[in-house]
Parts: sequence; C-alpha cells; structure tokens
Amino acid sequence: MQTPASRGPAIQLEGVTKRFVSPAGTAFTALRDLNLIVQPGEFCAVVGPTGCGKSTTLALISGLEPPSLGTVRVFGEPVSGVKTNVGYVFQRDAIFPWKSVLDNVAIGPRFRGTSASEANETARKWIARVGLAGFERYYPHQLSGGMRKRVALAQTLINGPRILLMDEPFSALDVQTRALMENELLELWAATGASVVFVTHDLEEAIALADRVVVISAGPGTVKSTYRVDLPRPRNVAEIRFLPRFVQIYEEIWNDLRDEVLISYERTKRAVTSN
Amino acid sequence: MLSQATEASARVSAPIDDKDVLRAQARARRRLLVIFLRIALAVVIVGLWEAGTRINCYGPDSGTCVIDKFFFGQPSGVADQLVRWVQKGTAQGPLWEQIVVTLEETVIGFAIGVILGVIFGVALGRNRLLSDVAGPYIKAMNAMPRIVLGSIFAIAFGLEMPSKIALAVVLVFFVVFFNAFQGVREVDRDLLANARILGASPGQLNRHIILPSALSWITASLHTSFGFALVGAIVGEYLGARKGVGLMIATAQGTFNANGVYAAMLILAVIAILAEALVTRLEDRLIRWRPNAITEVII
Repeated sequence: MQTPASRGPAIQLEGVTKRFVSPAGTAFTALRDLNLIVQPGEFCAVVGPTGCGKSTTLALISGLEPPSLGTVRVFGEPVSGVKTNVGYVFQRDAIFPWKSVLDNVAIGPRFRGTSASEANETARKWIARVGLAGFERYYPHQLSGGMRKRVALAQTLINGPRILLMDEPFSALDVQTRALMENELLELWAATGASVVFVTHDLEEAIALADRVVVISAGPGTVKSTYRVDLPRPRNVAEIRFLPRFVQIYEEIWNDLRDEVLISYERTKRAVTSN
Repeated sequence: MLSQATEASARVSAPIDDKDVLRAQARARRRLLVIFLRIALAVVIVGLWEAGTRINCYGPDSGTCVIDKFFFGQPSGVADQLVRWVQKGTAQGPLWEQIVVTLEETVIGFAIGVILGVIFGVALGRNRLLSDVAGPYIKAMNAMPRIVLGSIFAIAFGLEMPSKIALAVVLVFFVVFFNAFQGVREVDRDLLANARILGASPGQLNRHIILPSALSWITASLHTSFGFALVGAIVGEYLGARKGVGLMIATAQGTFNANGVYAAMLILAVIAILAEALVTRLEDRLIRWRPNAITEVII
C-alpha cells in the first residue's frame, strides 16, 4: 500500500495528445501536448470549459483509453490497460441496477477473488461508512441520486485505490446534497491518503476541495495554468466559500478560466449558426 | 418498495383531509364505472350480433336476416358449439386432448426458440466479426414471410408434432434473437468501464454485466414471442395435422361451421391470456430490480 513520496509522482502525463479518429477518417483532437503531475496524496482539481478533454484525461490515466502520443505513468510505470489500483467515479450513475446495494459494493472484491462472505463483511462496513446502513437490500432505483452516489463511492473505495479519478461526480445533485457529499468525500479521502484527480466545470467546487487547481484550455485541451489552494484543512465546503482568501483565489483563477469559457462558447455558437 | 410502504403509512396516520377522502372515493367510483362500461360494451356487441341473426328473418332461409348466421355465425351457436365440444368431444377426439396437443407444441417451440435466440443473439452481439458476416443473412431471413415454411415443415417432418414445433421455433427465434442482440449491444458503456476498473475479467463481464443487462430486453420479447409460438402451432396444425385446435378450425371451415371457428378462437384467446399472465410473472421474478418495463424493440 505505502509508496514513499521519494519514489516520485503518483501520476505523470508527459506530452500527451489524444486524437479520436472516426471510421470515416475525420480526426478530433481532444488533448494536445498535455503535461500534468499529481503527487501521492494530493487532491488535484481539473477545471475547464465544456468539451476541453477533461474526461479524456481521466480515461487516459485509468487505462481505459491509450494516448495517441506521449506517455502516461502511474507510480512510475507506463499505463497499459486497466490497472487495479485506480478507482473511478463516473459522472452518470455507473452502479449496477440489477444488483442490490450490498452486491454493488461487494462486487469489486468479488471480481478480485475474495470469498463472498468476506467481501460482504467488508462491503457492510463501507456501506455504513458512507451512511447507508440499513439499505443493503435496496436496488439502485429505490434510492435517491445522492444515495446512489454514496453507493458509487463505497463501491470504488472498498478496493483501496491509491489513485481516485472523479468525473464531475456530483454535477447531477442538488446544491444541498452536493455540499454534504463534498464534505463526506473530503473525510473519506483524508482517511485513505489516495491521490485524487477531480474533474469539474464548477470552479467553486474545485477550490473548496482541492490542494491544486489545474485550468485546461478550450479544446484541444492543454494545461493553461495551475494554482495552489493554500486554504487550511480540514475544510467545511459549505463555509469555506466565505473566507476572503477563497474569494481571492476564485478571482485569480476565474480571470484565467473566463477567456477559455468564452472561446469555447464562441465556438459552439459559430458551429450552431453555420449549421 | 419499503419507502412506498412508509409513505403510505404516513399518509394514513396524517390527519384526514376531506378533499383527499373525496378524491379517493371518486377514484373508486370511477373504477367501478370502467368495469361496468367494459361489461356493457361486450353485452351490446354480442347482443347486437345475436339480434342481427334473428331479426327480419323470413322462413327457414337465414340469408334473409340482417346478419346471415350461416356465414357469420351466431353467439348462441358458438356457446352451443363449446358445450357440445366439452360434452361430446370434437371430431378428432376429446376437447382437452386437442388443447393439450396445441399447448405442448407451443411450449416446446417457445422454449427451443427462446434458447436458440438467446444463444445466437448473445454470440453475435459479443462478436463483431460474426455479426458482420451473418448480419445480412439474418436480416434477409427475417424479411421473409416465414409462415410459408410451414408447408416445407409439413412435407419434411410429417403431420405429427415436429412440423408444428419447427414452425413455432422459427417464429419465436427471430423475435428473441433481435432483442438479445440489441440487449447485448445496448449495454451501458459506463457500466462496462466501471466493471473493468473494479477488476472484472472478460468472463465476469459477461456474467455480471452483459447478461443481466440483456435480460431485460429478452424478457420484454417473451410476451410477443409466446404469441408467435401459438401462431406457429396453430398454422402448422391448420396446414396438416391429426390433432390440435388448429385442426379443429380447419375442420370447422371445411364443414362451413362458422360457429366452430369462433369457438376455437375463443379457446385460443383464453390460452393466450393465461400465457400472458404467466410470462408477466416470470418477468417479475427475473428482473425484480427494474423500476418499469422497457418497451420491446420493433423489428
């Protein structure tokens, strides 16, 4: 489990370009020459306008997609295929609708060869930890959106990932539930010490959660700038927004992000009017 | 389920609101009205039919009536025919024997068709090369009016059960096949990606993700395909058989017995409705996790 920090970064993307080529032969460049380093135990938020390749970055780190150019390293090793030390929380619900909460959470250990009784026991602990004790026998469609996200978190964290990738995980939740979930995520993360890459389009969320905010330019995406968030931990996401320092950081990053958002907006507008 | 139960109990324990009580009463009254109107509709239609065959008749020639019962039958005649079949049996033997034969052909044909459809659907859904190669042939075979195969089967397999079962299998297979194929293809990409990251092997992906996901499509197709199995058995019997409800229809037609055709149709309708209820129960058991039904794929 423990890798000394001296062994280098947890995640390292070097000169990464990702192109998607359609069967018709037209290429779409999602990422261009992207460089990103995430240290062990660091909470790194990635913000950028819609369609700038934020989600693609996560797909590359997880090994779901290979890069077209450049290298992706996780704990020093080049990524080839899906690795088991990575956890991924998706934007949409990706828990299995035909499995109960217990089976959904226990499935990771079961896939990895743990016996059913042992997996269920661990799963019960995680279900309790995300505040769903008593809901073990429920099916996902019987739960609220926030509860389903808790299941997804437990399902991912039960495997003890050293790298946690999150793709706008709370974007579908209402504002109150979202603040609750963000606080719980910080608590759970503090206990695991995993490196997090948290993709979001919400700058407030990014600053409230992260140690570092990376701004990606309008597509093809590349790192425009990075900002260190020197706000004290433990944080209360709902209240940290009132700190003067928070507002200061927000203004600083927003000045940077605004240009990219405008570029992206102009582009979609042109695409719509030209059609 | 449980959340609904607690909601309901909360509603009961809440102070009774007069408007809510009134609304509930109105709903109950409406339900009774619907049932009453349904029965009334049947009575009116059957009554008009019966009356039509008795009004305006001169002498023994039924052709002078508003509705000629010789060609179009008569509800009371249909009832008589059913009673006669139950009491005295049909031309081919006792009534229950005909029903059992038809049911046996239907159920065996249905089972074989479903199993083959699922196997081929999943195999082609998972293997792109296989589906690219076999795709056009399957589409062509599906476009063909397969009912004419009944004639081939009657020649090849004779007048006993196998020819009817074969026709039922052919009709059922394509419905189930296309749904299973579509079900496998429509598996949510995020679910697949999630399972892979959680550590699933290819075999585990099949068992835990792809099959359960396709199952809701497959079960949705069972409603239609049981109907098709029945059609296969009946048409097969109609084309040539020694026993079965389809033969009863053919015999009734041969003797200009319109009431006999209607009576056999009534028997088939009852079988179909009972089968539909059974399939629905099977579906509920197989996919308890699903909030509401998927509408079936249209082919």
